[in-house]
Amino acid sequence: MNAADRIRKAFFGFYFAAFFLYLFAPLAIMGAATFNASRFPTVTPWQGTTLQWFSALWADTGMWQSLWTSAVVAFFVVLVVLPIGTAAALLLTSLHARARSFMYAVMVSPLLTPGVVIGISTLVLWRQLGVGGGVFLIVLAQSSFIICYVMLMVAARLQRFDRTQEEAAVGLGASKFMVFRRVILPFLKPALLAAGFLAVLQSIENYNTTLFVRGFDTPLTVYIATKVRTGLTPAVNALALIMIAVTIIGAITYEVVRRRNQRAG
Amino acid sequence: MTDLYKRFGGGLGTLFVALVAVWLTGMVLAPNIMMIDYALKPNLPPAEIGGPRDVYSLDNILYLANEGVHRAIFFKTIWASALVAFVTFIVCYPLAYWLAQNATQNQTAIVLLALTIPFWINEVLRTLAWYILLAFRGPLNALLMSLGIIDEPVRWYGDGGVLAGMTYAYILFMLFPVYNAIESLEKSQIEAARDLGASVWRTHWRVVIPHAKAGIATGCVFTFMLAAGSYVAPALLGAPGSRWFTEIIYNWFFEGGDWNRGAAYALVLLVLCLTVVLVTLRIARVSLTEVAK
Repeated sequence: MNAADRIRKAFFGFYFAAFFLYLFAPLAIMGAATFNASRFPTVTPWQGTTLQWFSALWADTGMWQSLWTSAVVAFFVVLVVLPIGTAAALLLTSLHARARSFMYAVMVSPLLTPGVVIGISTLVLWRQLGVGGGVFLIVLAQSSFIICYVMLMVAARLQRFDRTQEEAAVGLGASKFMVFRRVILPFLKPALLAAGFLAVLQSIENYNTTLFVRGFDTPLTVYIATKVRTGLTPAVNALALIMIAVTIIGAITYEVVRRRNQRAG
Repeated sequence: MTDLYKRFGGGLGTLFVALVAVWLTGMVLAPNIMMIDYALKPNLPPAEIGGPRDVYSLDNILYLANEGVHRAIFFKTIWASALVAFVTFIVCYPLAYWLAQNATQNQTAIVLLALTIPFWINEVLRTLAWYILLAFRGPLNALLMSLGIIDEPVRWYGDGGVLAGMTYAYILFMLFPVYNAIESLEKSQIEAARDLGASVWRTHWRVVIPHAKAGIATGCVFTFMLAAGSYVAPALLGAPGSRWFTEIIYNWFFEGGDWNRGAAYALVLLVLCLTVVLVTLRIARVSLTEVAK
């Protein structure tokens, strides 16, 4: 090992330590603050270890109400984005080269639009039609860009679709509807599951768009952000800690399953 | 299109076309047209709508150009967002390079999985974590003071806090495209550069970065757009002196009560972002088709 290699190794070692400290220290501190008896969430000074903030979270009806609102929104978002995203992907793959790249640009444009602009444009359109902000507009505004993700994921899967399967089904006398239901949909199922999962995550995590179209409804992200202004307590940290724990367990499970599958061949 | 009908028949084919039409016209095009309509009209009491003063003009946009404070905040948002994109790139590049060129398959899988953990909890909680960390009497100040690096607590909230929080929030949007781009670079090219006597810096500057140009442009474009359109980070981590353009827009809607002016400001933000996106992609010679991978 020469000097240059050693320098490179030292650089990467230092960089990795710094990077992962940067990535996880804020989360660790946020989680640890859950157990501090201080009224403002912090770890300095430590005012005694407590579990009181979990019961405070349990008693926080506003939090549960907002979680419910987010769940309702996410449910309807999935109902809207899966069919439209799939239709968009199917439409895209059946176009010819030039029309396809034009449609592609149009269809990804919502991803390149700032979130606040999507919220605002939806809000002003529907005010003109006499509809104010609320769950309905949140679903529409969020869907308008979450559809892009579904479209991209379904289109990626469609690229690997073997059209001979479809021809075989037709040759065996299947109707066009049957081909779609029995051949194409089952083939797309993994992509649809993944896209549905991503849509739920995107919907629940959204803030910038939701803020403008929420009307008098308060989804989880809005509730938490409001708490920061009106009196933040470590009850929010308790919620964050639970979400982080669920995520880590999910990630570990995913990795274990992946390795097992890999070994199985 | 005819292929779609041939494949799925009239019923299903029409349904697919109708669904896409509802999305693109009803949920994307119509809202934006209405926003432009709002932006170009004055804010009038209901009685005067349709009256002689209800005409199109550029007044709302000119108001932004002439209002010194708003104009300054607008330009600050632009350069600060560009700075966020740049810092995020610097933070991500070594990791992306290592993942793409040096790591084993298992290492890559584990690191990518670890990276997604902060991103599965939502943006507001991620920002909240920084809000707690950077508090005046918070852990960072306590640590730096106990190490003797600073004597008095520092007010991190403000431009510095916003920069840190945004960089943190958008890491993945930079890392994945850059990683994908570097991954397609043949190892032998790097070795060739090294064998020919190029220094580490030169190898990156002349071989790796030009090769990864498309991924870098994509990551920067997304990060810039997300930063310029972000509301939560400046709202939580900012200070009165570090207002963001989105906060001004929000105030027009929900405090100033002038939706027309708010829509005009939002339109300016949209045009800015689209311009930056298209110009950057043109310079890097990336087509939109490659962006959304």
